[in-house]
Amino acid sequence: MEGKTTAEEILLISSAPHIKSKDTTQKIMFGVVISLIPALIGSIYFFGIRALWLTVLSIITAVFTEWLIQKLRKVEITISDGSAIVTGILLAFNLPAGVPWWIPVIGSFFSIAIAKQTFGGLGFNPMNPALLGRAFLLASWPVHMTTDWTAPLYGTKSGITTITTATPLAVLKDALKNLSIEDKAVEASQTIITLKSSYANLFWGRVGGCIGETSVILLLIGAGYLLYKRYINLRIPLSYIATVALFTWIFGGPKGYFTGDPLFHVLAGGLILGAFFMATDMITTPCTPKGQWIFGFGCGVFTGIIRLVGGYPEGVSYSILLMNLMTPLLDRHLKNKPFGG
Amino acid sequence: MIKLFNRGFKGGVHPPENKIFTESKPIEVIPLPEKVIIPLQQHLGKPSNVIVNKGDKVKVGDPISEAGGYVSVPCHASISGTVTSIQPHIHPLGEKITAVSIENNGEDHLSDNISFNPDYMNYSVDEMKNLIHDAGLAGMGGATFPTHVKLSPPEGKKIDIAILNGAECEPYLTSDHRLMLEKTEEIIEGFRIIIKILGVKLGIIGIENNKSDAISKMKEVAIKYPEMSVVSLNVKYPQGAEKQLIYALTERKVPAGKLPMEVGCIVQNVGTAKAIYDAVAYKKPLIERVVTVAGNIIHQKNLLVRIGTPIKNLIDYCGGFTNSPDKIIMGGPMMGVAQHSLNTPVIKGTSGIIILKSDKTYLGKTTPCLNCGKCIEICPMNIMPNIIASFAQKERFNDAEEFNALDCIECGSCSYICPAKINLVQNIKFAKFKISQKTNQ
Repeated sequence: MEGKTTAEEILLISSAPHIKSKDTTQKIMFGVVISLIPALIGSIYFFGIRALWLTVLSIITAVFTEWLIQKLRKVEITISDGSAIVTGILLAFNLPAGVPWWIPVIGSFFSIAIAKQTFGGLGFNPMNPALLGRAFLLASWPVHMTTDWTAPLYGTKSGITTITTATPLAVLKDALKNLSIEDKAVEASQTIITLKSSYANLFWGRVGGCIGETSVILLLIGAGYLLYKRYINLRIPLSYIATVALFTWIFGGPKGYFTGDPLFHVLAGGLILGAFFMATDMITTPCTPKGQWIFGFGCGVFTGIIRLVGGYPEGVSYSILLMNLMTPLLDRHLKNKPFGG
Repeated sequence: MIKLFNRGFKGGVHPPENKIFTESKPIEVIPLPEKVIIPLQQHLGKPSNVIVNKGDKVKVGDPISEAGGYVSVPCHASISGTVTSIQPHIHPLGEKITAVSIENNGEDHLSDNISFNPDYMNYSVDEMKNLIHDAGLAGMGGATFPTHVKLSPPEGKKIDIAILNGAECEPYLTSDHRLMLEKTEEIIEGFRIIIKILGVKLGIIGIENNKSDAISKMKEVAIKYPEMSVVSLNVKYPQGAEKQLIYALTERKVPAGKLPMEVGCIVQNVGTAKAIYDAVAYKKPLIERVVTVAGNIIHQKNLLVRIGTPIKNLIDYCGGFTNSPDKIIMGGPMMGVAQHSLNTPVIKGTSGIIILKSDKTYLGKTTPCLNCGKCIEICPMNIMPNIIASFAQKERFNDAEEFNALDCIECGSCSYICPAKINLVQNIKFAKFKISQKTNQ
């Protein structure tokens, strides 16, 4: 092959470095989408095809909303980066499978339009858009959001056969409250003991709950993929889950301190989904290792408090949103000590 | 004194090495060019002052300029012939710098000053330093700091370790690797001279372990000098950066804002060590160097090139481009400078000419910062590139200074790893420039 060295070569002059790693924002976002597929398939198995339709509706609304708003703002359309798709999936994953179709549509619209685009789009939102959408839905349609549960295939909403009306954390919260009421104490005590038999159901996902949160194993498979790809790291999930376990073990028991059931609390509710997929959303969490440890710890404390003494049985969404607000503070004040400094 | 385990540093990245194409190719001498263009500034410090005139006849090694101050070095004719012009010419670093053009008379006459003295180790330290200054030596790893200045730490800075940098951590570059294999004796002798000048009892040669043949060869030759140790380093970019190299070899941390002499160390590149030997034993000035030509070129090679040779000659000798290039880089792909003209000359710090096409160099757009913190995780200086770059873009230079922008060594690891493809190090360089502008006011 004849080489040529004419002076008419058009050469690019740009600043060093001239090589870059292969990761892109788009690759990360689609990596997250892939990691959520096991849990999605699980939710179709447990809750029926409705789970899929709600998720698809949520995704379509999210992407369309972003497209529309960027068009109105006259800025570059960036729906191909996949971040709206991720928000759509995660919002749907935070809904009970029995909610009406317009819940994910309104929630998704809110997540993108208000929680993300009003702040300037990707990278500028202070709070997790999917969680803010869920919080909005919870405040506006509390009955749908707290009672439209579907019983899983061949299972019960609570994970134990003696109770069929409520989800695991709600059952526990109720039982702990009833321990101090005379004529309900015995039954409550029995319920708490029975809940210990539900670990397997909680692990596989044969319980009631939001579409994406129930199957621990399927979520862990997805999280494993993200860790392998180095799209997330273990600091926040580890500190979050460990703090919840510790907190609930110390304070969440029926017979005083250190009688709580940490394994139950880790497997039940939305903790695994929250710790690995929402609290690891890079944009709304600290960028320093130290900040990330503190973030996870803070989420754990808030989750523990809400679960044990707050009004709701589940506290993951609010905990993450509250810690999101602390992220700028953590980033600003946890300055690294430079090498040799 | 020498770290025994875990010879590395925190942070850094692993770009694909791409050294396989040239690491086993012996150094080839490229035919002399028809003309050379020698810029009067190829080093850090004051430009040199020209001492020849248009029409003068020069021999190889004749000085054509004298140092413009203490932190400055002279330049020398790299071919024999006639001075045809002294005017501003394209320089690899972007600006036009006054350069002396010499037309080749084809005779390759060496200057009469160049002669071998077998008794060179008995020169006094001052004599050695003068020879190094007169030879126009500057750091050949790429930083081009005047060597005689580096070897003269001020009173009060006690030096106890001399370090030779054989890391060559940039992808594609293999010129130091080949030098260590083919000019081993000269490098070791140069190191002996460095050790004598600094008056130290310990000399450590650090070589990345992807050059195991070089490590063996250097060990073979260095074994007769008990004060020297050859140490194998983990492969990671930027292992060859001074502060990281010192830390990996000795566990000493150079304080922020200070130089290696603060912790008793002086670092020299292996190519500079060879040039030191040439200068002291032969009184031969710096007139040629090894350049790796790699990337999208027909024949990738390591070439021995006279200073001032236009890069067009190197590319032609290697058979030309394989396809239309997108970038021609002087140096390595992580810290090198993109070139716009094939008439740019090779200078003292040109370690490589790398030709890249869009598949190997990123030409896409930037997306917003995801706050992922990868840049912070891998920064070898442990600062926060995303935050400093953000301040730079908003012109908040005081805040950038507060976040230790001045500690940045500009290695480019942050820009390399950023998934949003933000030009982090470029923004940090801008902040550093603005901060030092403010300090100098």
